[in-house]
Amino acid sequence: MDLNLIWFVLVGVLLTGYAVLDGFDLGVGILQPFVRKDEHRRLFLNAIGPVWDGNEVWLVTGGGALFAAFPEAYATVFSGFYLPFMLLLCALIFRAVAIEFRSKEPWPWWRAMWDWAFCLGSFVSALLIGVAMGNIVRGIPLDAHHEFAGTLLGLLNPYALLMGITVVLLFAMHGAIYLVMKTEGELHDLVRGWVPRLIGLFLAAYILFNFYTLIDLPHIYVTVRTRPWILLVIAAAVLTILNIPREFSKGRDFAAFASSCAGMALMMAAFGLTYFPNMVLSSPAPENSLTIWNAASSPKTLGIMLIIAVIGVPLVLTYTACIYYIFRGKTTLTKHSY
Amino acid sequence: MDAEILARVQFAFTVMFHYIYPPLSIGLGIALVLMEGIWLKTGNILFHNMARFWTRIFALTFAIGVATGIVMEFEFGTNWATYSRFVGDIFGSALAAEGIFAFFLESGFLAVLLFGWNKVGPRVHFFSTCMVALGAHFSAVWIVVANSWMQTPAGYHLERMVDGKPVRLPLDHAVTPADLGSVRAVVDDFWAMVLNPSTIDRLTHVVLGAWLAGAFLVVSISAFYLLRRRHEEFARASLKVGLGFAIVATLLQMVSGDLTAVGVSRNQPVKLAAMEGLWDTQPYAPLTLAGWVDAKAEQTHGPAIPGLLSFLTWHDAAKPVAGLRQLPPDDFLRRFHPEATTPEQLATVRRNYWPNVPAVFQFYHLMITVGVLLLGLVLVSAFFWWRGWLWRTDWRPTRLLLGALVLSVLGPQIANQAGWFAAEMGRQPWIVWELLKTSQALSKVVTAHQILASMLMFTAVYALLFVMFIFLLTRKIQHGPDTEEESEELPDSWKAILRLDDQSSRA
Repeated sequence: MDLNLIWFVLVGVLLTGYAVLDGFDLGVGILQPFVRKDEHRRLFLNAIGPVWDGNEVWLVTGGGALFAAFPEAYATVFSGFYLPFMLLLCALIFRAVAIEFRSKEPWPWWRAMWDWAFCLGSFVSALLIGVAMGNIVRGIPLDAHHEFAGTLLGLLNPYALLMGITVVLLFAMHGAIYLVMKTEGELHDLVRGWVPRLIGLFLAAYILFNFYTLIDLPHIYVTVRTRPWILLVIAAAVLTILNIPREFSKGRDFAAFASSCAGMALMMAAFGLTYFPNMVLSSPAPENSLTIWNAASSPKTLGIMLIIAVIGVPLVLTYTACIYYIFRGKTTLTKHSY
Repeated sequence: MDAEILARVQFAFTVMFHYIYPPLSIGLGIALVLMEGIWLKTGNILFHNMARFWTRIFALTFAIGVATGIVMEFEFGTNWATYSRFVGDIFGSALAAEGIFAFFLESGFLAVLLFGWNKVGPRVHFFSTCMVALGAHFSAVWIVVANSWMQTPAGYHLERMVDGKPVRLPLDHAVTPADLGSVRAVVDDFWAMVLNPSTIDRLTHVVLGAWLAGAFLVVSISAFYLLRRRHEEFARASLKVGLGFAIVATLLQMVSGDLTAVGVSRNQPVKLAAMEGLWDTQPYAPLTLAGWVDAKAEQTHGPAIPGLLSFLTWHDAAKPVAGLRQLPPDDFLRRFHPEATTPEQLATVRRNYWPNVPAVFQFYHLMITVGVLLLGLVLVSAFFWWRGWLWRTDWRPTRLLLGALVLSVLGPQIANQAGWFAAEMGRQPWIVWELLKTSQALSKVVTAHQILASMLMFTAVYALLFVMFIFLLTRKIQHGPDTEEESEELPDSWKAILRLDDQSSRA
C-alpha cells in the first residue's frame, strides 16, 4: 500500500483519537457551570482527572505526526491560522491549569475563578477546533507556494462558525455521556436527564451542517456524487448516536459511551473519506491545494515513521487501556482528588 | 520591530518559561524513584511520606510543563513555517517520536503516580513512578536530538523539487532565498541523524542539568525545613537523598561540561570562539575567567590564564585554537559569497557569520560561574555531612551553609537558561548550522503585529501562571509533608509493607 495513504489514515487516527478522548474532557468543561454544588463540580473534574493529560497527548502527537509526514500542511495550516491557534493554545493552557489549581484552595472566589477558566477554556478550545475544521472542509485560499492567502475575518465565516457550534454540542453530548458512566446517585440522574436534549441539539446541528455543506460547497457535493457510500457512513454515524438513548434505557452506561465514541469515529471517517486525497483544500484556486502527495515528506521518512508507529502505537494502546482499566468504575473523592 | 526579532523573542520567551519546568520534572522524577525505591526496600514510612510529599510538588511542575509544552510543539508551524517546510522531513520525525515514545508514557503513568496510591499495589505504583521518570527522560532525548541536528546536521541531503520530482543537490549547495519553497532537507540515514556529532554530549549535558534542577529543589526545601526546625526528621532524610543526588550530578556535570565544550570546539569553532571571547587564532590560547567583550574594537577584557584554553580544547597548551577573525574559514565564505575575493572583503563578510559575541560570552560565563559555585557548595556540604556537622542546626557555620542550600535551587535554573542562551545564540545567524539562516526561516504570512499580539497574550498568561506556581509551591512547602501514620484509605497491600517496618523495628 502507498505510504502517503497510510500516513493520511494514521494522522486521521491520531486526530480521531484526540477528538474521541479529549472530546469528553472538553465536554465536561463545557457542562461544568450547569452543576452548582462544589462537590459535584469536583466530581466532574475528578471524572477526567487521571486521564485528561494523556488525552491531550493525542493532539500533541497528532500535530507531531502531521509535521513529520506532511510538513507542508503543518506549516501552511499553523501559520495561516496564526491568531486562532494562539488563542486555542491559551485556552488549552488555562484549562490545564484550572484543572490542576482549582481544588488546591478552599476559598469560594478561588474556585469560582478557576471554574470559569475551566469552562471558558474548554468552550473556546472546542469552538476553535470546530472553526478550524470547518475552514479546512470549506477550503482556504492558498497561493502557488501553498501559503495562506486569506484573512483572519475570512476564517470566521458562517459555515466554519456553524461547524464550531456543532463541535461544541458534540463534545458537550459526549462529555455528558462520559459523566453518566462515571457518576452515581443524584448527580448521575441529573446528568442522565441532560443527555436526550444534548443528543437532540447536536443531531439538529449536525444535520443542518450536512445540508449546509451540500448546498454551500459544490465540490463536496461532487465528491459525494462520485463516492455515494459516504452517505452510508454518515447514516451509520447518525444511527450510532441514536443508539445511545436505547443503551441508556437498558441501563448500559458503558455501551452508551462506546456508542458515542463510535459515532464520533464514524463522523471523522466520513470527513476523511470526503476530503481524501486533500490535506489542505485551496478555495478558490483548487490547483494550489495541498494533497497527500505534494505535502508529504520523502518516502524514506514516511517509511521510518511507519516503523516508529508500528513500535510505538501498540505500546501506547496497551498502557492507555491499562490506565483506563485501573481507573474504571465510578469516580469518588479522596485525599488525592482535585 | 521587525517580524524576525519578534518571532525570536517570542520563541525565546515561551521556551524559557517552559524550560523552568521540564528539568524539575526530570530531576524530581529520579528523586521520586530513589525515595519510593528506598521505601520499598526498607519499609520505612518516612520515605513513603517523603515520596508522597515530593509527588505533590512534582504534579505542580508537571502540569505547567505540559501546558506550556503544547505551545512549543506548534510554534514551529505558526512562527517558523518556512523552517518547518525546509526541515519537516527530519525535524518532524523527532518531534513525532517524542510524542509517541515519551509523552504518552509520561502522562499515562502519571495518572497512577498521582491518583493510584489506593488503586494499585506498591510495586505497580513504583513501576509507574519509574515509567514517568523514564518518559521524562525520553522526551529530553528526542527534543535534544532535534535540537542537536540543528547544531550539527548529519544524515541528510538537500533536494530540489522540479516539476514534482525531487532532484538531489550537491553537498556544498549554499541555500539562497530563491531556493526557499523548492529546496528541502531530506533524511538519508536515520541513525546518523539521531546520533549526529553533538547529540550524545548535549543530551548528557541537558539531562545532568535537569538532574541538578530536581536535586537542588529537594535540597533547598529540606534545608529550609531544617533551618526553621520543622519536620526535622523528614527534612534530614530528604536532604540526604537530595544532597547525595546533587553531589553525583554535579560531579558528572563537570565532566560532561568539559566534553560538551570540546565537542563545540570541533563541530562549531565559531561558537566556541564567541563563548570564550577569542578573537585571534593563537597557540597557548588564554582562558578568560570573567570580563567583557568590546565588540566594536573586537577585544576581550578580563583576567585570563594563558594556554588554558588550548589545553582544555586539545589537551596540549601549545596547540592553536581558532579565533573569530579567522572564522568561519575563507573557503566557507567563498561558497556563500563568490563576489568576495580580497582579504578585506572576506573580513567584512565574515562578521555577518558571527553570533552576538558579547551576549554569547556573558551567558556562557554565567553558566560556568554558577556551575563552579554549585560545585563548591556541594563539596562543602559533603564535607559537613561527612563530619556530621550538617545536622548541628544551631551552629552558625551550619546555619550559613543551610541558608546557601536554600538559595541553591536558583543555581541550576540560572545555569540551564544561560547555557541554552549560549547554545542557541551561539548558533546564530543560523537556525540550522551552516545550512539555513534564521532570517530565512520565518512564516511568510505572519505579520509583526500578529506576533506582537500573541506575545502580549502569552506574557500576560505566563505572568499569571508564574505567580500561581510560586504561590502554590509556597503553600505546599508551608503545609509540609503528612506526618500522621498512614490513613485508612491505604489498601492492604500497602499496609503489609508498613507492617514489615513495625516488625523490623521491634526486632
